[in-house]
Amino acid sequence: MTTTVQGLDRRTFLKLVGGGIVVMVSVGPSALLGQERRRGYPEDLNAYLRIDEKGHVTIFSGKIEMGQGVMTSQAQMAAEELGVGLDSVTMVLGDTDQCPWDSGTYGSLTTRVFGPALRAAAAEGRAVLMQLASKKLGVPKENLLVENGVVSVAGDPSKKVTYGELAQGKQIARLVDEKALLRSVKEFKLMGASPKRLDGVDKVTGRAKYAGDIRLPGMQYARIVRPPAHGATMKSVDVSAAKEMSGVTVVQQDDLVAVLAGDPETAAAALGKVKAEWTKPSLDVDNDGIFAYLLEHAPAADVRLNRGDLAAARSSASRVFESTYNTAYLAHAPMEPHTAIAELKDGKMTVWAGTQTPFPTRDGIARAVGLDPKNVRVITPYVGGGFGGKSSSRQAVEAARLAKAAGVPVQVAWTRPEEFFYDTFNPASVIKVASAVDANGVITMWDYDVYYAGERGTGIFYEIPNAMIRTHSSWGGGSGAPTAHPFAVGPWRAPGANMNVFAAESQIDIMAAALGIDPLEFRLRNTKDPRMRSVLQAAADAYGWKAAAAPSGKGRAIACGIDAGTYVALIADVKVDRATGNVKVDRVVCAQDMGIVVNPDGARMQMEGCITMGLGYPLAEELRFKGGDVLDRNFGTYHLPKFSMLPKIETVLVKNDELLPQGGGEPAIVPMGAVIANAVFDATGARLYRLPMTPARVLEGIRKAEKKT
Amino acid sequence: MKKTIQFRLNGRPTKLTTDDDRRLLWVLRTDLDMTGTKHGCGAGLCGSCTVVVDGKAVRSCQTPLKNVDGKEVLTIEGLEQNGKLHPLQQAFADHGALQCGFCTPGMIMNAYALLQQQPQASRDAIAEGMERNLCRCGAHQRIVAAIEEASHAKGGRS
Repeated sequence: MTTTVQGLDRRTFLKLVGGGIVVMVSVGPSALLGQERRRGYPEDLNAYLRIDEKGHVTIFSGKIEMGQGVMTSQAQMAAEELGVGLDSVTMVLGDTDQCPWDSGTYGSLTTRVFGPALRAAAAEGRAVLMQLASKKLGVPKENLLVENGVVSVAGDPSKKVTYGELAQGKQIARLVDEKALLRSVKEFKLMGASPKRLDGVDKVTGRAKYAGDIRLPGMQYARIVRPPAHGATMKSVDVSAAKEMSGVTVVQQDDLVAVLAGDPETAAAALGKVKAEWTKPSLDVDNDGIFAYLLEHAPAADVRLNRGDLAAARSSASRVFESTYNTAYLAHAPMEPHTAIAELKDGKMTVWAGTQTPFPTRDGIARAVGLDPKNVRVITPYVGGGFGGKSSSRQAVEAARLAKAAGVPVQVAWTRPEEFFYDTFNPASVIKVASAVDANGVITMWDYDVYYAGERGTGIFYEIPNAMIRTHSSWGGGSGAPTAHPFAVGPWRAPGANMNVFAAESQIDIMAAALGIDPLEFRLRNTKDPRMRSVLQAAADAYGWKAAAAPSGKGRAIACGIDAGTYVALIADVKVDRATGNVKVDRVVCAQDMGIVVNPDGARMQMEGCITMGLGYPLAEELRFKGGDVLDRNFGTYHLPKFSMLPKIETVLVKNDELLPQGGGEPAIVPMGAVIANAVFDATGARLYRLPMTPARVLEGIRKAEKKT
Repeated sequence: MKKTIQFRLNGRPTKLTTDDDRRLLWVLRTDLDMTGTKHGCGAGLCGSCTVVVDGKAVRSCQTPLKNVDGKEVLTIEGLEQNGKLHPLQQAFADHGALQCGFCTPGMIMNAYALLQQQPQASRDAIAEGMERNLCRCGAHQRIVAAIEEASHAKGGRS
């Protein structure tokens, strides 16, 4: 077997880490998900552990910590397999000179794809240490026990040796394959437990460093001249007034015009003195007209699923339910705007960046400044939220270009209005569904076209004999064709799945209601998938579900989905103010089967986070724009979920220890649009097909529903 | 206008000569190298930059330096005493009332002022008092629980 260690050969790596035992892991292509391959990343992941002379373990991982808790969960996995305590583990994350190559932290991949590699590395580390201990103590391996990094002889605990003693002065590199013997659930001491977050104290004391908290001698704060609208090109620029300011440097390099100063306020003042004229393209579309525009410009369909005989099913159906669903552009709006600091020193560019993709960002910087990637180092401090938005790290390239041009360390920290402009927004989407159901409440047909949200979340877990699924453009833009979006779009927590599940699970509810069947019963009747049935049942039990067809007037509903290998069912209670159209979610019960749970409390944090963040896109979040002008540039008009919107959230982890750990960062947000829309229907009889369900749209829906009856 | 401004910062006398129209946030982060206070929106809308001035929560990104002349400024760095976390900090850590942590200093400082004014704040009062602090990760439920516990831990005195 050969190891491919991207960007770092084995010898260099060994030199870098010094003494101790080094374990390298190579995961074959088979272990990777299709998603990785599709994005064209090299098909290997590598994990390294280092055990120093004192028995302290350092784990190097290309993943980054942006709140999802993987600093802690990765430490648990490694410490579990190695047989050391959590307090003897230090995590080094997202440093391209120290960590093994990684494509990025997204897609809920850390635990389910990188996790097995890391565990295998640690397990092999333990095997190596046990061999050494066996030799040292003169006892066969089978008679040795290990706990907290101490190997002792079974029945004779006075005979012992520590990992530190064993590792001292040795440098043994072992190549591990993924078959290394992992500990079983029954043996777990650290996995399956909920230690406190390793980043907790740093974060409550203000000691946690984010990119913008890095200070370098002589560092300058940059502000960049920005276009007023997407697609605008610079006609002319006059920087003379800025240049005259004391302590201000102006950089003009192709499309990049920036002012640099010793503090952010002077830089802002200098930017204010730059006069630029722009040519704005005319683009006659806004956030209301976008859906027709998108359909008009839609690329040809990719058929994802085609089974049975759709035409026959349609013609024999007594009633076909046809719906069109619309969802809005969304901002990621992490609390930390994109920030980076760059320093060029002795031909080496070092960039501290808030990024989800340290390695691809390194490569992008290398291209932009004309350096070999090995002369570029990206260091990722704590990241203040990402949600997919920091997969793209334009600010890091900007900082590197400016540092090179100015010959001083430069900080680029986007302002909030810049963040609301250069964000890679979640795409607006249109989804058309036609479906049919027989008199027994069995779904017979599913004809599904999704425009601009892509494939994720379109998978059918209901038994439908005749089904067609077509995608028109992915969530990332076009499929080769030029994008119809007025600005950049990109991955937003569970890309596309929120939209697809909103449409699909609304459609399921529409059919259940039309037949007067309880929505839980309708779902159970149509799915045999045991994991889906178990999460539906678990959510219903925790909630105390009593069967009633919608609209029951209660304002409660159910929705479910599969994401990142995890099954999730949500039940929500809402109150709808019929006078104002305001929707308040009072309670959300979430049941989730995510296989083995590495850190139950961490998993619950992610479920709660998904549900809380997931109040926004169904109810309040919509990026307004006119042509290339983004109209919402700060939190005054773009509304994130707030404390007043908070429901009571209850989480249930459905035990499934037969399955390796699955994704946890995204699944629970996926059915939030549907469960709230379904609950609004249950409360009022008004079916809403467009997100967000703003008070005005809810009122309009209620009026329409009243007219019908 | 360039002026000499004096105030107590986390209990220590602090004096600097600078333009007194500058925002407290940038003076803290740049001149004083105290980076615990975060810049989130620059418009007083998100609360990431919240610090406590004479017992009241203020948005440091909106506060001119002259407004703190002669006053007592408390930032996240000033809560820990002799290596011991403040009950609010401890409760946030214990409850996992944070994820990315970027809003956390502002949340804690806002909660600190809230509990000073309403030592026995109910859950609803806590949620109301925290309304203008944004968290994108969705740690809200645990933030409320942590603040509630901290208020009990100190017998209503924070």
